[in-house]
Amino acid sequence: MKYQSFLIKYAEIGVKGKNRYLFEDALVQQMRIALKKCAGSFAVHRSSGRIFVECHEDYDFDEVTDALQHVFGIVGICPMKEIEVQPYESLSKEIVAFFGGEYPDRHHTFKVHTRRLDKTYPMNSQQLNEELGGDLLEAYPDLSVDVHEPEILVNVEIREKVYVYTHILPGPGGLPVGSAGKAMLLLSGGIDSPVSGYMMAKRGLKLDATYFNAPPYTSERALQKVIDLASIVAKWTGPIWLHNINFTEIQLYIYDKCPHDELTIIMRRYMMRIAELIARRTECGALITGESLGQVASQTMRSLECTNAVCTLPVFRPLIGFDKEEIINISKKIGAFETSILPYEDCCTIFVAKHPVTKPVLDVIERHEHHLDDKIDEMVKRALETDEIIVVDEKGSRIVKHREDPLTGELAKNIEQRPAGETDPVKTESADGNASVSADSPKTAPADEK
Amino acid sequence: MEKEIYLDNSATTRVFPEVAALMNTIYLEKYGNPSSMHHKGVEAEKEIRTAKETLSQILKCRPQNLYFTSCGSESNNIALIGGALANQRAGKHLITSKLEHPAVLESMKFLESIGFEVTYLPVDANGHVSAQDVADAVREDTILVSCMFTNNEIGAVEPIAEIGEAIKKKNPKTLFHVDAVQAFGKEEIYPSKMHIDFLAASGHKIHSPKGIGLLYVADGVKVRNLIFGGGQQGGLRSGTENVAGIAGMALAAKMLYSDLAGEREKLFAMKEHFLRRCEEIPDVIINGVPALYGKKIADVGEEELSASVRTTAPQVISLTVPGVRAEVLLHALEDRNIYVSSGSACSSNRPHLSETLKAIGVTGDALDNTIRISTSVMNSMDDMDAAADALKEIVPMLRKYTRH
Repeated sequence: MKYQSFLIKYAEIGVKGKNRYLFEDALVQQMRIALKKCAGSFAVHRSSGRIFVECHEDYDFDEVTDALQHVFGIVGICPMKEIEVQPYESLSKEIVAFFGGEYPDRHHTFKVHTRRLDKTYPMNSQQLNEELGGDLLEAYPDLSVDVHEPEILVNVEIREKVYVYTHILPGPGGLPVGSAGKAMLLLSGGIDSPVSGYMMAKRGLKLDATYFNAPPYTSERALQKVIDLASIVAKWTGPIWLHNINFTEIQLYIYDKCPHDELTIIMRRYMMRIAELIARRTECGALITGESLGQVASQTMRSLECTNAVCTLPVFRPLIGFDKEEIINISKKIGAFETSILPYEDCCTIFVAKHPVTKPVLDVIERHEHHLDDKIDEMVKRALETDEIIVVDEKGSRIVKHREDPLTGELAKNIEQRPAGETDPVKTESADGNASVSADSPKTAPADEK
Repeated sequence: MEKEIYLDNSATTRVFPEVAALMNTIYLEKYGNPSSMHHKGVEAEKEIRTAKETLSQILKCRPQNLYFTSCGSESNNIALIGGALANQRAGKHLITSKLEHPAVLESMKFLESIGFEVTYLPVDANGHVSAQDVADAVREDTILVSCMFTNNEIGAVEPIAEIGEAIKKKNPKTLFHVDAVQAFGKEEIYPSKMHIDFLAASGHKIHSPKGIGLLYVADGVKVRNLIFGGGQQGGLRSGTENVAGIAGMALAAKMLYSDLAGEREKLFAMKEHFLRRCEEIPDVIINGVPALYGKKIADVGEEELSASVRTTAPQVISLTVPGVRAEVLLHALEDRNIYVSSGSACSSNRPHLSETLKAIGVTGDALDNTIRISTSVMNSMDDMDAAADALKEIVPMLRKYTRH
């Protein structure tokens, strides 16, 4: 083991005042979930306002850092060497050797930064900085000191052991998933909605998702594509409960009864209504969409006014001010782009009019919607009752509620308050594929606050 | 659950139970490597020998003319690329039609990229290549002509014997490759009589498994190998032979060819019946049946239709339903447990307009409104009725809701 532990840096959480411990707890929990997926045995603990990962046995460095780099809230991951506390002479030798291994090419500027938390150590921080700096220069003459903007900061912390690190791997930033609550993502098969989900998860939201399916106009592969996209987002957010709504009947009814240039707007209003009803059922505090102002007819300001009017929950539209190019860049960064551009028709596009309204007027839309009064309530109710619920995580998916299953018992409880720290819904597959995810919160003894 | 009606047999077929049973025995008992010196090897080699004998009787050729590959595409690739590379000293000109499968067209594109010249011949409205056109295109430096036997999308059967004769008359050195993936198991194919030098066939189109292909190479024809390795199959196709697949393919072929005329008649009768029933679906167009070209089904007499159908592939029906997107129709049929394909399944993973349909002059929306129904001996007349009934019901419903 080259590095025995990791120091985790988290910037934003640090300034959360009295709530700080809530965020830190959430972060520690998310890190534990992430590390559970890695081979090895790890302990995550907080100590003097810092979070450490201790590696108890051999592990795969790339696997572990990759897992941690997907945990929102982390801004930096510092792989550390642990050295026994010992007299300066031998300690210095170990640190110099470690540095040599980390930087085989030594044409760098550096600075030593020591924190002495164990005040019984015979030298103080300043003395250690000077002595270690001198020893490093002597060992590697190509180095030079720069105390203002060093290329390499050699961090040495003296506690119950001596911790040394010289690298910081970037984390994804943001806030730990779940620390801001849970929201419902309207997930289509496109480029925007997965990015939207990613961005809101980054601000601490846990995600549920709703997908509108319109067989036979959309295919099984279109659903698979959405599951694949959810799975990519789940790498960042943890398991996503995906509600697959059969929207065909409603869509055809709108087509029958309403002006065709308003189809998309009215359709989207029903999608928002249904998503909100599911959000209420699953205790989501907001809706998330991938809308970007002016991108298409249904995303003009007036169109947004019309779709927004049916919602009482806040609607988060993190991409509203983004250009397509910027959205694509994020999509590529999170690895969703290749899947997003697979050409399967989704239900938003099947009946698109050649010239949809771009400036719909709310009361006109509302008036036209009254043409649906006969049957629409019943259809919405049916759509809600026949949702298929698929739990998707980064490894795969499984159906927890088939269309015909009633939403009762354990399942009903689980969709509201998803088991804290649920990790691996795929592994817990039951024989009939019909049972609910067990609430296995990881009860590893918290080694908090020493 | 409604009965499953599988009408996508040109995409792939269900394996005959007899074939699965034979293969199972080979997997579990005769699992030796045919190249091994010991008994297990000899036993496996014997399976291949038997298979070759069976297939050579069907094709009226020598067992030595047959090679096994992993699929029809590979057989086509070896014939075209291996054939062109081995014969390029005689010339660099190749001929094919616009109607070919991508395994042929993409191989041609590759050959163009390395300096060969390719002529692409047009087809008529029923998908036929004319032997005269081929003869006119053959030059002194034409080393190879490639033509499919049966088109996979519209079921046009090409005049292979006639084309073969025309080629050899014009230039006896020009090689003739036939992609018979859709025809093998449905047509009588005699390579030597038809002047065929290369012939490609595939196992999974004839009720044996995926992963096995057949390549016929006529005596004395030069062809370069594309796979390098242990030198199996005379060095043309290295790699341990897929013994079970080979035996399975041979058995399936034997079963189909034991009563080919009977099988064909059964399929033709089903096709004819289905086409008749299409009268009940308003405004549909049948592609690839000459008697129906530009005509309404109701206006074509019993005998004329019957005779015309028998000039086409017995197993393929191409149906254009104006106003209904093929993919939607496919999924609507799927809802009733009826499986068909939109265009050619090999390219329909991606919504992509069919080159074949374009080649026969289908244009605009009709390209996206065409489904293919393909039958096999495992289907029945009832299946045809079920499909016709379903279409009759679904089509008007879907037409009501169209994009505009």
